[in-house]
Amino acid sequence: MRAFATLLDRLVVTPGRLSKLRLLQTYFREVPDPDRGWGLAAITRDLELPGVKPAMLRALVAERTDEELFRLSYDYVGDLAETIALIWEGDPDGSVPPLREVVTLLQTTSRSDAPGRVAALLDRSGPSERFALLKLVTGGLRVGVSARLAKQALAAYGAVDVTEIEELWHGLAPPYESLFAWLDGRAEKPAQAAASPFRPVMLATALEEESLATLAPGDFLGEWKWDGIRVQATAEGGVRRLYSRTGDDISRSFPDLLAAMTYEGALDGELLVVRDGAVAPFSDLQQRLGRKTVSAKMQAGYPAFLRAYDLLQDGAEDTRRLPFQERRARLEAFAKTLDPARFDVSPLLPFDDWAALAAARADPPDAVVEGVMLKRRDSVYVPGRPKGPWFKWKRDPYLIDAVLLYAQRGHGKRSSFYSDFTFGVWTAAGALVPVGKAYFGFTDAELRQLDKFVRDHTVERFGPVRSVRAGADFELVLEIAYEGLHRSTRHKSGVAMRFPRISRLRWDKPAAEADHLSTLEAMLPVESAPKV
Amino acid sequence: MTPDALLHPTPAGLYCPLGDFHIDPVRAVPRALITHGHADHARAGHGQVLATRRTLDIMGLRYGAGFAGEVQAAEGAHRIGDVTVAFHPAGHVLGSAQISVTHGGLRIVAAGDYKRGVDPTAETCEPVPCDGFITEATFGLPVFRHPDPRAEIAKLLASLRAFPDRAHLVGVYALGKAQRVLRLIRDAGYDETFYIHGALEKPCTYYEAEGIALGPLAPATSEKRAAPEFAGRIILGPPSAFAARWAQRFPDPLIAFASGWMQIRARTRQRGVELPLIISDHADWAELPATLTELDPGEVWVTHGR
Repeated sequence: MRAFATLLDRLVVTPGRLSKLRLLQTYFREVPDPDRGWGLAAITRDLELPGVKPAMLRALVAERTDEELFRLSYDYVGDLAETIALIWEGDPDGSVPPLREVVTLLQTTSRSDAPGRVAALLDRSGPSERFALLKLVTGGLRVGVSARLAKQALAAYGAVDVTEIEELWHGLAPPYESLFAWLDGRAEKPAQAAASPFRPVMLATALEEESLATLAPGDFLGEWKWDGIRVQATAEGGVRRLYSRTGDDISRSFPDLLAAMTYEGALDGELLVVRDGAVAPFSDLQQRLGRKTVSAKMQAGYPAFLRAYDLLQDGAEDTRRLPFQERRARLEAFAKTLDPARFDVSPLLPFDDWAALAAARADPPDAVVEGVMLKRRDSVYVPGRPKGPWFKWKRDPYLIDAVLLYAQRGHGKRSSFYSDFTFGVWTAAGALVPVGKAYFGFTDAELRQLDKFVRDHTVERFGPVRSVRAGADFELVLEIAYEGLHRSTRHKSGVAMRFPRISRLRWDKPAAEADHLSTLEAMLPVESAPKV
Repeated sequence: MTPDALLHPTPAGLYCPLGDFHIDPVRAVPRALITHGHADHARAGHGQVLATRRTLDIMGLRYGAGFAGEVQAAEGAHRIGDVTVAFHPAGHVLGSAQISVTHGGLRIVAAGDYKRGVDPTAETCEPVPCDGFITEATFGLPVFRHPDPRAEIAKLLASLRAFPDRAHLVGVYALGKAQRVLRLIRDAGYDETFYIHGALEKPCTYYEAEGIALGPLAPATSEKRAAPEFAGRIILGPPSAFAARWAQRFPDPLIAFASGWMQIRARTRQRGVELPLIISDHADWAELPATLTELDPGEVWVTHGR
């Protein structure tokens, strides 16, 4: 338990992705089976403790501590599990049993026994084990590690490709001893055991426009690149699953689509919200993401839809080794049997030469298109991002000129640099209102210039944040590139940007010439979503 | 006589009318008694200052020789006006003291900042029986229980092994915490050179002169030093320096901070600290009530910073 507690302690304060990967790999290397597998399951949220409910914790702590002191402490600390971990008078030397025993105790408990068992474990724990234990009880660890990152750490640990882990994942169960045996080189790769398994996704590389001259238009098929989320919809042997492109099972958020997956096979496509045949903007799809339960009203107001790109499994046949052109023909036939209210096939984009494709890219037929895709007619479907068979050619980003308003220090390498920048545009009333935040897009040399500018022109400090002198006469204008806009009630400006980054420092431009909020408002998608 | 006739708070600080002096006043007064050398307790510009020799030395380092009109080193009991005052070790930092004020049969102890745990870089705290006890309460919530500082230092050394390519920047207050942390790391068997921020230089030299060995130290600010030399090294400086350009010279810095506040994860994250070291020179939740129980004074007054 101590190793797991130490891991959580470190992860919770480690901002860097590479450092997190290193901490996880060290954990996998140093901790024996089955403890490391249980630790992994807790991180990927695959650890089920049905008898243990977070609601019991308050009652538990009320028995042990003064109510007023607990209230003051919770108010100060802000996190329930952490407050209890700190306030509980356990064993400072932490004689709590290994993680495997803790998991067994918590997995086998009845709901009525759970408070007693948790209290007994807390009594035997030091403060950091108590925190880890309570995080197991409350579920989500919130240590800044996604399931995806944990899988990447496994891949790095075993020197295998992450797609191999993703492919196996849904057939494995904690504590993953067969997986670790393989990664340690002691056993063969485990056989794929999941019903309706995830198939590692094939991705496109970004097109460098100058390379078009070396490519023959006749070798490729063109498609629109739709702005939803890439998914895999698999229905085999009575099991239906919807996976994200990194293999996360998101079926629970989309019961409406799942109900329509009456086929036997695996489709690759774009998940969209489509109302009366019209594709809704990405922000509508966002309403549906990450939900554990989805109300009927939500399903009716934001209907899920799959625009199919590819056919990976056709009945009993794995079609991934077929050339794309052939898979495409199979897909069109396959799709004829599907409910047209839930499925269609992403239409091909005919073109004779690159100029025609460029013209189509510049003038898409739908606002929810974010570029074009090029796929070699003869490309087989392989995992990962091979260079050559598939290209994405995204629409040019939108650009605005905004004024630097606030800067915040970064983390890790950037901990002494002001590297996160909030920028704003003019309102009709002549004030600057923040419209977004960007922390990349500039070179290291530009970062030094920005850092110096912030330090030299600080007006106010709020902890790690500084406000920067900005006004019509004195300021720094940033050219911001972004992928789209949507309405937001959480931002004072009423708009939120997707993927904003700094594309140029406009030292030459006076702030008075920066853009106005009305320019952004005019670009918002037409309000089509019903209020839910 | 009631305790608050002997000693009571005023805008300038705790005041004793019978002796006409203030304890740790926040503004210049004719006569000040100072518990310890931290800047929020020890200010320059008083007429007369009575404090331990070490506190006077530290004030001299901080403010220069003429920091007060007249200074006197406390030794044994001093008669001031109608009261008797004495200085007793507080265990907070080198030279820190509790001040007892006695009149007739009534004694009040202003403890200043204190801690009860073992610390070879400060005189051990001596509780003084009294009728009124003025305690600090910096960590006066039951969530603050300081762990064994040696275990915290072990975390730092483990991190050095795990991230040998990163410069480990350890945030410490320049007086007291810096020297305590240095000594703790030495006691854990680490004998490499420490690199220190300029603000730590004078206090470290002073502790050394007072017989507290800190081992090899070198300035972290030398312009000649190329960046990669700091990889895997321990650099100590005041936390504010880590946000300044000063810190930009270090390769892929890993920020640590030695403070009792590091108990709370949200505080740690807020400050961008990657390696919290829970090491404090203040009494924790276990020590505060234990001290009150031990002394069992008739009255307890609680102060909490400013």
